[in-house]
Amino acid sequence: MSHIIPSEAPARSRGNGFWRKTWAVLIKEFIQLKRDRVSFVMIIMIPLIQLLLFGYAINTTPRNLPTAVLLQERSDVGRSILAALNNTSYFKVTALPTTEAELDRLLASGKVLFGVEIPANFERSLRRGEKPSMLVVADATDPVASGSALGALNRVVQTALVHDYAIPDAGAAAFEIRSHARYNPAGKTELNIVPGLVGTILTMTMLIFTALSVTREIERGTMENLLAMPITPVEIMLGKIFPYVVVGFVQAAMVIGIGVVLFHVPVLGNLFVLASLSTLFIATNLSIGYTFSTVAQNQLQAMQMSIMFFLPNILLSGFMFPFAGMPVWAQWVGEMLPLTHYLRIVRSIMLKGASVSDLHYDAAAMAGLMLVAMTIAVTRFRRTLD
Amino acid sequence: MSALDAAQGAGNEAGNKAGGDIVIDVQHLTKKFDGRAVVRDLSMQVKRGTIYGFLGPNGSGKTTTIRMLCGLLTPDEGTGTCLGYDIRTETDKIKKQVGYMTQRFSLYQDLSVRENLEFIGRIYGLDRPKAAARAAIKRLGLSGREEQIAGELSGGWKQRLALGACTLPSPQLLLLDEPTAGVDPKARREFWNEIHALAADGLTVLVSTHYMDEAERCHEIAYIAYGELLVHGTVEHVIAASHLTTYVVSAVHGNAALNALSQEITGKPGVDMVAPFGTSLHVSGRDAATLEAAISSYRTRGDLDWKKSEPSLEDVFIDLMSKAQDNFQ
Repeated sequence: MSHIIPSEAPARSRGNGFWRKTWAVLIKEFIQLKRDRVSFVMIIMIPLIQLLLFGYAINTTPRNLPTAVLLQERSDVGRSILAALNNTSYFKVTALPTTEAELDRLLASGKVLFGVEIPANFERSLRRGEKPSMLVVADATDPVASGSALGALNRVVQTALVHDYAIPDAGAAAFEIRSHARYNPAGKTELNIVPGLVGTILTMTMLIFTALSVTREIERGTMENLLAMPITPVEIMLGKIFPYVVVGFVQAAMVIGIGVVLFHVPVLGNLFVLASLSTLFIATNLSIGYTFSTVAQNQLQAMQMSIMFFLPNILLSGFMFPFAGMPVWAQWVGEMLPLTHYLRIVRSIMLKGASVSDLHYDAAAMAGLMLVAMTIAVTRFRRTLD
Repeated sequence: MSALDAAQGAGNEAGNKAGGDIVIDVQHLTKKFDGRAVVRDLSMQVKRGTIYGFLGPNGSGKTTTIRMLCGLLTPDEGTGTCLGYDIRTETDKIKKQVGYMTQRFSLYQDLSVRENLEFIGRIYGLDRPKAAARAAIKRLGLSGREEQIAGELSGGWKQRLALGACTLPSPQLLLLDEPTAGVDPKARREFWNEIHALAADGLTVLVSTHYMDEAERCHEIAYIAYGELLVHGTVEHVIAASHLTTYVVSAVHGNAALNALSQEITGKPGVDMVAPFGTSLHVSGRDAATLEAAISSYRTRGDLDWKKSEPSLEDVFIDLMSKAQDNFQ
């Protein structure tokens, strides 16, 4: 204790020591980086995740698009076309509706992106050389996904017919495909992007608001005071989430309003349903952000976790790239993300005029994700300083 | 003070499960962090209406003990009650009746004085949080500053606000963790006057501090080092129990002689402590006879003036600390 100041002053180098001082800061930064485990993991994980997602999951020419085939006749030609559709990588026949109304419902709910209707007497007309027509309905809310598949369809059907039936002139003139780009007949990308942006913007802002909320209290030292007071983790969580539900709601209204006014995006469905499900989506993201907040040790870590979560939300939800084009594992990951479900909801309501009954699966999935996040947050919340 | 008196009375009627005179009663508390015991085998009792001073060096376990008392930490071993409630299982009830002032200012720096107080009033479920905050602002002499942002207050005002915040819900027990660190002497005196007024109303106060003058303002003190409670009682009792013999030496011509003396006698058998105090030197020993023998040759020197004296509280604590250190090494 009595020899804090050394009796002999240590030797100092001459000059202003520019490199020496830079070196000192450099060493300090490396030590701090090494101690900050989460930052360290991020340095490895962010490039790795991006690379893997872009490399393996993302495909701008989508494959295995869910397709419904309505066969109005039981014929060999019909079965042959069905088989041919399944054999290409573009389509995957997932439903065989029996009426047109059923086909419409499948499209409206987003369960299929394509509907192929083979009319009655198709085979006979074909053999007589009457140029029968096949009806193809595409969900054009995502014009990129539907466009390239539509182009492929004609070729697929021709090849199938020539191959299986040796109809000699099954070439260009044997039949006709009448295609309907439903919901977005002009194929405008902004009709797809603007509703998607509502979800993306909300994800980003909501996550960050709550991700910082608990860590900020810990960093500023106010958490100790809060914990010493008679208040429960659930009360703290709900109190921190509610104000941002209002903020998120205002944000959503603003983006949708601008979309309608400037980009002429329609709102075909019920505005009240859109508002309620948007509120659910906002609350889900806030809960997830809050969960990060209870896991992270400081604000920087909470930010990094939010970015880590945001990345797959952008890439795997169907916002930037067609959901149906992704491999199955990536679709499963996508199903775990709230944005995936919200995109389906917001596009369906705005562009397709879908009703609640078409959307109950996605709404339930979001509510489920919210409850899981809240449960984790409340159990993770440290009630003591132990 | 009248508003506080009324609030205090209401608090006393409402709570107080045990109704007894012992507010804090804990036995054999031990708390470990990463296998290292920060508090070990600590037992203490604090009577209602007492100002109980908690002293000890940095890292001795004062804050950890206080946090165990208010439910912020769970003890690894030991049992006890605070206000009659079990400190392990009934922390929710304890929190309602304890005001805890943290070592670091822990109110919201970006809320105003009034907003902070209203927030606390609402959390504790006061009927009229706005009125309670207004009354507290008046009582604390913060009128005119109620709209000021808490982060912009000076150290003394922050501390007043923090005290006001933890007394707002009229608690039965105040736990104050180094409340006066970095506060000027005038503000400290006012603060202590306030504490005594609160205690006179029946509030029990446990206060940790590093300042000896503050220790002397407490009804009872406890000294804790290396996680162990070494001594407790009134100041007179603690000094008497130390069995320390102290001489105050002053130099007839200048302090150079004192400096030389300090270097010469430090470490001699029987001389346990040598500490400069302004123009004098305190020389103390635990055993009077060996100390006398060690200093006898210096006592006859004409340039030094030796006076036998009572050890100061600081002498006693430094001695306790070095003894404890010896035991742990």
